[in-house]
Amino acid sequence: MRMRSSVVAMVACLALPISAAQAVELEVTHWWTSGGEAAAVAEFAKAFDATGNKWVDGAIAGSGGVARPIMISRITGGDPMAATQFNHGRQAEELVEAGLMRDLTAEAKAGNWAKLVNPSSLLDSCTLDGKIYCVPVNIHSWQWLWLSHKAFAEAGVPVPTNWDEFVAAAPALEKAGKIPLAMGQQSWQTSGAFAVLMVALAGPDVFQKVYKDKDAKLAAGPEIAKVFAAADNARKMASQSKVQDWNQATNMVITGQAGGQIMGDWAQGEFQVAGQVAGKDYSCLPGLGANEVISTGGDAFYFPKLDDPEKTKAQGQLASLMMSKEVQVNFNLKKGSLPVRGDVDLNAANDCMKKGLAILAKGNIISDPNQLMTPDSLGQINDLFVEFFNDPSITPQDAQKRFAGIVSKAE
Amino acid sequence: MSASVRPVQLFRNLNAKIAAIPMILTALVIFVGCSFWTIFYSFTNSKLLPKLKFVGIDQYERLWASNRWLISIENLAIYGFCTLVFSLLIGFLLAALLDQKIRFENTFRSILLYPFALSFIVTGLVWQWVLNPQFGIQKIVRDLGFESFTFDPLYNPDIVIYGVLIAGLWQGTGLIMCLMLAGIRGIDQEIWKAARIDGIKTWKTYVFIVIPMMRPIFITSLVIIASQIVRVYDLVVAQTGGGPGIASEVPAKYVYDFLFLNQNLGQGFAASTMMLVTVAIVIVPWAYLEFGRRKHG
Repeated sequence: MRMRSSVVAMVACLALPISAAQAVELEVTHWWTSGGEAAAVAEFAKAFDATGNKWVDGAIAGSGGVARPIMISRITGGDPMAATQFNHGRQAEELVEAGLMRDLTAEAKAGNWAKLVNPSSLLDSCTLDGKIYCVPVNIHSWQWLWLSHKAFAEAGVPVPTNWDEFVAAAPALEKAGKIPLAMGQQSWQTSGAFAVLMVALAGPDVFQKVYKDKDAKLAAGPEIAKVFAAADNARKMASQSKVQDWNQATNMVITGQAGGQIMGDWAQGEFQVAGQVAGKDYSCLPGLGANEVISTGGDAFYFPKLDDPEKTKAQGQLASLMMSKEVQVNFNLKKGSLPVRGDVDLNAANDCMKKGLAILAKGNIISDPNQLMTPDSLGQINDLFVEFFNDPSITPQDAQKRFAGIVSKAE
Repeated sequence: MSASVRPVQLFRNLNAKIAAIPMILTALVIFVGCSFWTIFYSFTNSKLLPKLKFVGIDQYERLWASNRWLISIENLAIYGFCTLVFSLLIGFLLAALLDQKIRFENTFRSILLYPFALSFIVTGLVWQWVLNPQFGIQKIVRDLGFESFTFDPLYNPDIVIYGVLIAGLWQGTGLIMCLMLAGIRGIDQEIWKAARIDGIKTWKTYVFIVIPMMRPIFITSLVIIASQIVRVYDLVVAQTGGGPGIASEVPAKYVYDFLFLNQNLGQGFAASTMMLVTVAIVIVPWAYLEFGRRKHG
């Protein structure tokens, strides 16, 4: 009996690799693990499996901050996966420069990506020396203010339509025992909120000059001083907000404990799950209601170079598939993000998503900080703002001086 | 005659020497070699991948101008000093109390040692909840009727590092206690009898006779505690994530974040080199006194 089962096991061991050789397995790593995110990834997997290949899911729990070091060390350590997520921008820049990533120019030409991808800046951040190295899959924008109708009703003030009205309503909210501004105390949230304030109050041109051209003089000047004054206001309004994660902060808005939150469009997934209706239970103000502009950050897939020609071929198939019309629609509806193709129709999108699509169609877009600055500079900015928002003894003037210092040294 | 018989020094205990070769190589290549590699590359501006583009001491200038690094160093100093003092003090006190031939000694010893079986991650999470003002100690005391009682160290930048310290002590003191207890039990009973005959008080016997005799145990404890202090990282990550703001950052976290999150190897190497230098400054004089003195008689 024992003998027989071990024979069976041996045969199974021999048979497995043979049957697997027909369908090419590609391991894909990403950090999409929350409910909605996992459902979105499943769309990719389903479409890829339908081509006769096999998607091996390599989800890394935690967040981008936890997952990226693991991905990078696997690629540089000589154990590359077949495809991996990064935020599009400069996170994988050096890996591409070091020749560790597969060139996707042929797939891009065949699929006519240059014409399809809207805005074209997405493809630009995938391009190095005229060659394309990644597939942008979605657009996430940061510039949203989410407001709780319940909180404002209980405070007896109308729901604001822009940032200034929101600041003016803060005392009334506080009187009603509400926290005016919900903010998770993680560094990326504080620096993200600051960038949003900059776009909304100083305008997209100033933002581009500071983050893209690294204009330190402008960063030390009066326009940015205005932004720091607003950040000082935001800091006071958020001083009682003692949660860490962004979704805990969003939950405070959903339950009406807090008036509003500055957060990216991924927050609306939380409102949806809670069964709230845009315009009735909550409002969303793109660009804080001041400058209706959205940034075009998001996620992209990179394909590390592999020796196996079969796998390399399958990589090309996967890349083309991610850009295809049907997959783009299915994926982005589940993810709550905007598609990277200008020619797809999202009828099922909700009000806030439609607002985003309209702004995108008008072309009122800016690049995401991830596309403009190195992780090193962004890390320093993160450190500065998480300190600023948590330590009231730092004056806006001091913080601005340090901000200008970081910008002047940024690459 | 005697000269021809005398074996070559190199081949004495040949088996033992051959057996030690792998460890010697590991020590030389991994510890010494990689340390020098790290120091070497800390003078370059390597970003995600190591590159040989030298920038002199730029990385060190930036490091010491960085607010976050200075706060990290200050936190490590506070955490290190307090851990050292309180671990030894509490560890010895508990050991001395357990030494009083109490009932259920085994049970108490297990209870006190038990936290050491938990990883720093679990310890950090547990104490994050205990110190959370909405669920933990503050809530319990307020529910008892002390409405204005406030105890939220993890949300106060000025004292957050002491919140981490409490968790660290809870986790590590049990081990020190066990070491101390072993040391106390190792003292010959005759000495206790002699002290009693001379009419020396118990606490005086502990302080002036037992402690000096336990010198080796104290040194062992010191080394264990010191290594725990320098590498404190996971506890902070689990308990506070470095927050609020950057108030509970520590050097090891600075190194990790710059190496892997911010993709700036040069800066991370510079920071880790500074950690090595700090350890060397403490270890070298002590090692010299401890080992050098004996050689010279």
